[in-house]
Amino acid sequence: MKAPLNWIKDYIDLDDLSIEEIANVMTMVGLEVDGVRLVGLPMPAGEHHEFKYEGLSWPADKFVVAQVEEVLPHPDADRLVLCRLNDGQKELVVLTGAPNLYPYKGVGQLEKPLKVAYAREGAVLYDGHKPGSVLTKLKRMKIRGVESFSMICSEKELGISETHEGVIILDDDAPTGMPLVDYMGDAVLDISILPNMVRDASIVGMAREIAAATKRPLRKPDDQLEMHGKSIKGRAAIEIRDAELNPRFVLGLIEGVEIKSSPYWVRRRLNLADMRPINCIVDATNYTMLELGEPLHAFDYDILIKRAGGKAPTIITRTAEAGEKLTTLDGETYELEPYMELVTDKAGALSLAGVMGGEESEVNVKTSCVLLEGAAWNFINIRKTISKLKLNSEASYRFSRGIHPALADQAVRLCLQRMLAWGGGVVAEGLIDEYPAPPEDPVVEISTHDVERMLGTAIPIDEIQDILTRLEFDCELNRDTIKAKTPPLRLDINPGLVGKADLLEEISRIYGFDRIPPKRLSEELPPQHGNQALDMEELMRDLLVDLGLQDTVAYRQTSPEREARILPEDADGEVREYLRIKNPITTDRTVMRRSILATMLEILEHNCHLRQHLAMFEIGPVFIPNADQLLPDEVLKLSIGMTGLRSQTTWQDKAPEVMSFYDMKGVIEGLMDGLHIPNPSYQPVKRPSFHPGKCAEVMVGEKVLGVFGELHPLVKAHYEFDDYPVLAAELDVTSLLEIATIIFDIEAIPSYPPVIEDIAVIVDETTSAEQIEALIWHAGGKMLNRVRLFDVYRGEKIGVGKKSMAYNLTYMAPDRTLTDKEAAKLRNKIVKNLEKELGAVLRSQ
Amino acid sequence: MMAITQAELEKEKLTALKQLKAVDNEDDLNSWRVACLGRSSAVTQAFSSLGSLSKEERPAMGKAANEVRKALEAALAERQEVLREASLQRSLQSEHLDVTLPGRPILHGRLHPLTQVLRRIYRIFGDMGFQIYRSPEVETDDNNFTYLNMPPYHPARDMWDTFYTSDEGVLLRTHTSPGQIRVMRERAPEDIRVILPGATARYEQLTARSEIEFVQVELLVVGKGVTFSELKGTLLDFAKLTFGEEARTRLRPSHFPFTEPSAEMDVECFVCGGKGCGVCKGTGWLEILGCGMVHPVVLKYGGYDPAVYSGFAAGMGIDRSTLMRYRIDDIRHFRNNDIRFLEQF
Ligand SMILES: [Zn+2]
Repeated sequence: MKAPLNWIKDYIDLDDLSIEEIANVMTMVGLEVDGVRLVGLPMPAGEHHEFKYEGLSWPADKFVVAQVEEVLPHPDADRLVLCRLNDGQKELVVLTGAPNLYPYKGVGQLEKPLKVAYAREGAVLYDGHKPGSVLTKLKRMKIRGVESFSMICSEKELGISETHEGVIILDDDAPTGMPLVDYMGDAVLDISILPNMVRDASIVGMAREIAAATKRPLRKPDDQLEMHGKSIKGRAAIEIRDAELNPRFVLGLIEGVEIKSSPYWVRRRLNLADMRPINCIVDATNYTMLELGEPLHAFDYDILIKRAGGKAPTIITRTAEAGEKLTTLDGETYELEPYMELVTDKAGALSLAGVMGGEESEVNVKTSCVLLEGAAWNFINIRKTISKLKLNSEASYRFSRGIHPALADQAVRLCLQRMLAWGGGVVAEGLIDEYPAPPEDPVVEISTHDVERMLGTAIPIDEIQDILTRLEFDCELNRDTIKAKTPPLRLDINPGLVGKADLLEEISRIYGFDRIPPKRLSEELPPQHGNQALDMEELMRDLLVDLGLQDTVAYRQTSPEREARILPEDADGEVREYLRIKNPITTDRTVMRRSILATMLEILEHNCHLRQHLAMFEIGPVFIPNADQLLPDEVLKLSIGMTGLRSQTTWQDKAPEVMSFYDMKGVIEGLMDGLHIPNPSYQPVKRPSFHPGKCAEVMVGEKVLGVFGELHPLVKAHYEFDDYPVLAAELDVTSLLEIATIIFDIEAIPSYPPVIEDIAVIVDETTSAEQIEALIWHAGGKMLNRVRLFDVYRGEKIGVGKKSMAYNLTYMAPDRTLTDKEAAKLRNKIVKNLEKELGAVLRSQ
Repeated sequence: MMAITQAELEKEKLTALKQLKAVDNEDDLNSWRVACLGRSSAVTQAFSSLGSLSKEERPAMGKAANEVRKALEAALAERQEVLREASLQRSLQSEHLDVTLPGRPILHGRLHPLTQVLRRIYRIFGDMGFQIYRSPEVETDDNNFTYLNMPPYHPARDMWDTFYTSDEGVLLRTHTSPGQIRVMRERAPEDIRVILPGATARYEQLTARSEIEFVQVELLVVGKGVTFSELKGTLLDFAKLTFGEEARTRLRPSHFPFTEPSAEMDVECFVCGGKGCGVCKGTGWLEILGCGMVHPVVLKYGGYDPAVYSGFAAGMGIDRSTLMRYRIDDIRHFRNNDIRFLEQF
């Protein structure tokens, strides 16, 4: 809410505090000041400000109240006039083009001079002809032969509003010659109102908080009202159909009003509070709402009588009937739902209760009698209505957060008083007040012990009582306990234990959070549970980074179309159930992802043209709907993506190799090794996303941990990849972490030197490396320490359909140096075994 | 063969020493050694001719030959050392690299900035005895709102723009707070001291300043004597460890349905030092977290009697503070995974 500071000062004396101090007090009681707009007042001294300031200051020597004595025509410009003006020091002639001065042109000396805001030569103000707020300095110049050096200002030029249709004409009592800043300089505080503090979406509410925090007296609005008209009794009736939805409804009546502009100071305040002035009647309802927090609605009483066939109207509040429609005063027609509360008469709907008035019965230029509504509405129902209709107003903003019904009659009285003052007429005697459901204002008991238990610091009982009393709680003190009755201006205090917490919040924020001393946690540590899954997940991240991969974090929201890219067109046709988002933000984020592989391919695609070498991973959940439970399964997955060159080209290394399946396998092996996963095995597998001959599953025993390989060419074609093969892996993190071992045996460092030798065997092309290695190990027994494949050779020398596999073998004994004879024996055994099982032939060295 | 005389030997020595002075490379030095100390050298001849000398002449000649050999050998060693030194100097002077050429790049990965920041937070709170508890990203409406004291149509639900799913009562959690309910229900009546990290989602326009998915970390402490003072002390320690010992902070009243009293913690803007800048929107303060005493309704839903137990909670967005810290121009960088961004951390 935008709160003009001078308006707040109507209710509390704050002249000894700077804007900065006031804004700070407000922020520290929960009325956070987002910014300050200066409208005349000077910028606070010093360089360091706690708040953001904008706006225009009016130096006292440059801006003054002046009076226009006479408006003369310009000798050769129809659209300009010359004003004979007195600025309190001397008489001058000022040139202006303001259309609202034309009516005075050439009528001679004005009987009642016009009070205006006058800017002298050298004044800095906003350029009225440029959009936005562009500063300009008044300089001496000639316009159409007439010298001009000063200006009568519009609201836009002074930074009050965007209006530049004419100059400001001040109220008649403005003292000529007074610096403008003293007459009407102000600062507008931009306040964020917390959801539970809607009582403070009002000038009086804010003043109350400041008064409590600074221990100053709060002035209450004077709602004394002269009611000299014929009694309202019998001239209107109220029928509330559901007191739950409409706990109170108050009507007042004023007759013979003149629909005209409000006094200038009213219009200025409304503008500063971001409300457009309309006429004195509508302005009175808005002004009172901003002041007290209670939204009001004015009906044209004569229209209601006409609708009632010349009789006294009966106002009925009820929910909408099936198919009922209403055109609101913004010209929109709404189809109403059966739960929506309406203010109606016997002829039909008049307004959407607490949200917006109807078009037909609104106050218009011909109105002379006004029936004024002050009511209370169920906030949940208002909420439902506005969220359904997407219709928001100042009224619905307040009612949807809960306005206490006790405010209704006070606000009606105050508003009638304003209508009378600004529009004339006579107020009908009395109000009609239906109040079927007054809320219970909870009485909450709170003791010094409660305060200390929760805040950790003791506050004396007198101070607690003082704070609550200033917030208008009715306090009954009994030694160290207070029984506090909630004031009838707020609905956010609950009974019982919750009420205690509610009061603690009130006490602590007014007492001041900064006065509560910080302490370290004093309780004994709770039982330790640890989080092994997270520890292992982070270990995995470290391992993958060590293996040269970049950690990524990705969006969970995607679309089935995006995920379909990971399958060839002729894929299985399996239906994949998704968790669908009801209100997607864009058409490409309609579901929660099922495939972490799809995410990784998108990441690679985004980056593949940026770097020659890419190697990335992500650890994150996928979301698989589960028919047996409300929530989907969140399965933690690891994806790895690699493409491009093995290293980047440099001046030394001009043609690095291209990464292949085996680079990915190296990463997988590195990960298995780092996690100490016992005996992982790899076997070929066919998966639609992968090349059928370049894809493997990694397993431990029968358990599949994941799949990796080179992307299927048809899948790759769905993306804008470079020519390099794209390598990808998807592993199940939970399975990996289940098998990973934290404690493992390590091998002793050998005390005796090893015997190292190479053998090469020629085998059929179909024989797998895994088969050969298993046979070598089997035959080698305990003495065989290490087997490393160092060459695979195919060629004419060894024949078609054959390959030569060369191994580097390490033999070792823990208790002695092996002899050549022993080594030869081992080699023979290994070779024999390969010959026997695979028909392998030892290749001559 | 003519026996060499002592005088001749002496003359040979002088000649040899003179020749040695002119030797300036290894090859010539080798030739000199062969000529002057080799098999056919004068000194070797002197030794081999000893047998033919008389008993009287032999000792003198032997001694002389020995001295000459020693002198020549010493001169050789000395010359050798000089040449070695000269050759080292030559090579040191001739072999030099352009040290400004780039080194051989080592390709390596990095942790994502959010992972790095999370780990720092884990460590800070770990030191204070907080354990880590994680819970699902897709949640029930009850856990995300109702059990956190926001029944349907509660005004405070507006504070979170929510992604709903086509499954009734299922939504993308808007904060990590539903984890509070889960950990309390799992552990009641044990005392609790945990942090709850994780991904959350909010229905917002995707722009440089607003993001639909982001990481949050929540704190929860529940026990029989947990106070607002301790909330303040814990957060103050956290702020000092994160933003520096000198960082000014303030606790300002706020409202969250699941805490009461509620507060927000601001830290003095670390970009401008509190003078006011674009990052802090001219206020000199940056809002870093929301916190408060756990609301009695939430304690009750969690299985703790609010008359006996109290607790505090705090929640902070990691993306936003990381963004401010590194002055990142676009919050979407975190999840776009552009290598040019990630490489810089
Ligand atoms: Zn700043």
